[in-house]
Amino acid sequence: MHGMINRAFQGFLVDTYGREVWDEVRSVAQLRFVDFEAMLQYDDRLTLSCFDAARTLLHKHPNVLLEDLGTFLITHPPYAPLKRLLRFGGSTLSDFLLSLDELPERGRMAMPNIEMPEIEVFAVDERTFQLKARWVLPGIGPILLGALRAMADDYGALATLSLDGFDGKKECLHIDIFDTAHSKGNAFVLGEVPA
Amino acid sequence: MNIQTPKAGGALVLPQSVMDALLPMHIHIGADGTILHAGPTCERMVGSPGSVGRQILDVFRIRRPDGIDNFDALMQAANQRLSLSLRQADHLPFRGVIQPLPGGAGAVMNLSFGLSFARAVTEFSLTLTDFAPTDQTVELLYLNEAKASTTRLSEHLTNRLQDAHAIAQAQARTDVLTGLSNRRAMDDELKYLISSRNQDFTLMHLDLDLFKQVNDTHGHAAGDAVLMEIGKILDSELRRHDFPARIGGDEFLIALRPAQSDAVVARIANRIIRRIEEPIYIEDITVRISASVGIASTPSYQRRPELKQLMEDVDNALYAAKHNGRGQYSIFDPELA
Repeated sequence: MHGMINRAFQGFLVDTYGREVWDEVRSVAQLRFVDFEAMLQYDDRLTLSCFDAARTLLHKHPNVLLEDLGTFLITHPPYAPLKRLLRFGGSTLSDFLLSLDELPERGRMAMPNIEMPEIEVFAVDERTFQLKARWVLPGIGPILLGALRAMADDYGALATLSLDGFDGKKECLHIDIFDTAHSKGNAFVLGEVPA
Repeated sequence: MNIQTPKAGGALVLPQSVMDALLPMHIHIGADGTILHAGPTCERMVGSPGSVGRQILDVFRIRRPDGIDNFDALMQAANQRLSLSLRQADHLPFRGVIQPLPGGAGAVMNLSFGLSFARAVTEFSLTLTDFAPTDQTVELLYLNEAKASTTRLSEHLTNRLQDAHAIAQAQARTDVLTGLSNRRAMDDELKYLISSRNQDFTLMHLDLDLFKQVNDTHGHAAGDAVLMEIGKILDSELRRHDFPARIGGDEFLIALRPAQSDAVVARIANRIIRRIEEPIYIEDITVRISASVGIASTPSYQRRPELKQLMEDVDNALYAAKHNGRGQYSIFDPELA
């Protein structure tokens, strides 16, 4: 698993639950280092054992932890560059959702070796969408649930999202958009705001 | 006003709204070079009061091909790749192409950002809707931003690895007990010094006298404490650019840079020996030791010596010093060898 993903999970635990929790997680997971390095590759087993350790230590249902991780990736200020890159997908929430089938290509443009979820998008009607997602590890459904909910907020849209089961191969999501301009949302200008 | 091709060859009438949607950076120019209409993204960049009614060459400066200063010349450049900029923002070059309309009905020019895309979208505060859905500029912007993020991460990693490398290297080259350099570091330093022809240096080989007795009588902990004390003495008696190292149990090599005259070296050796001969207090015991020093300097040789030669000579000088009794130094003289 790409270090970027491991590092994101570590960042989520550290910033949400504190450094001590991370220290405990990596001791339970028997990590031989203090921090994941974003630009290196790691064995998938490390990712899984960290996740299992966190779930056990925090007494969280896996889906809840994954959904929180998804939300964190979009809303946590240090991850703003990631959110910005996603906003390139479309100028409205619908355009953005419809662009999600390009997500693997987009991800690979940024990071050639990163594991991106394959997402199929079905527009049931103008305001109803179905997503089917598959990733190298189980759990992409709840991660997307948290992340896309936060993206809807960022676009200023009012939408409900729910997990819609597993079709044997892919994790499904159902999305209803009620109002595309419910709130102001966050403006997205193409030119990067100088740091 | 619509842009229209005549009936011959199949008429295609494109309403302005279609042109604006397909080519938001197009400009419709009349036969006399007046701008009749500009696509929404062009207008956004020109800003108020807009470009319509002005001469195309008053709004834009053509940078390539050279020498285009009137509309006829611009029309001659049809189908060529143009490099041009807004006169109000001359630092942001666009790419362009101009295509005359049939029947002398003026021309249409279309623009893209070329390589100035990142700066241009920032300066003109453009959004996704300012680009046609087919325009790859947005993908370029995405890539540009993604690349900047990953480059930052790579740089952080490289810096951390560099720091870790430096620490590991320093540890691998340090004698843990005395904090001086170790044999490996000294070997590297001597190789470097001997191979840099313009670096003359003096090598001192220092061997403790009576050290074995300290170990035998008071134990290794006392011996270690003595060695630490020697480390401190060498550290304080030498100058910053000299290079002392512990190369074995009670053996030390010191490179003095630059080389010193025999008189100065003698003084330094004497001072170090006298300091080492001062009583060393370790908890409730008092230890007295001494040291012998052999010395050789590169300038005293007729020809630059090989490292092996220099080491042999400095060793021989040390034996000579030992032979003369404790607490002596001896300077190797090639003339006498």
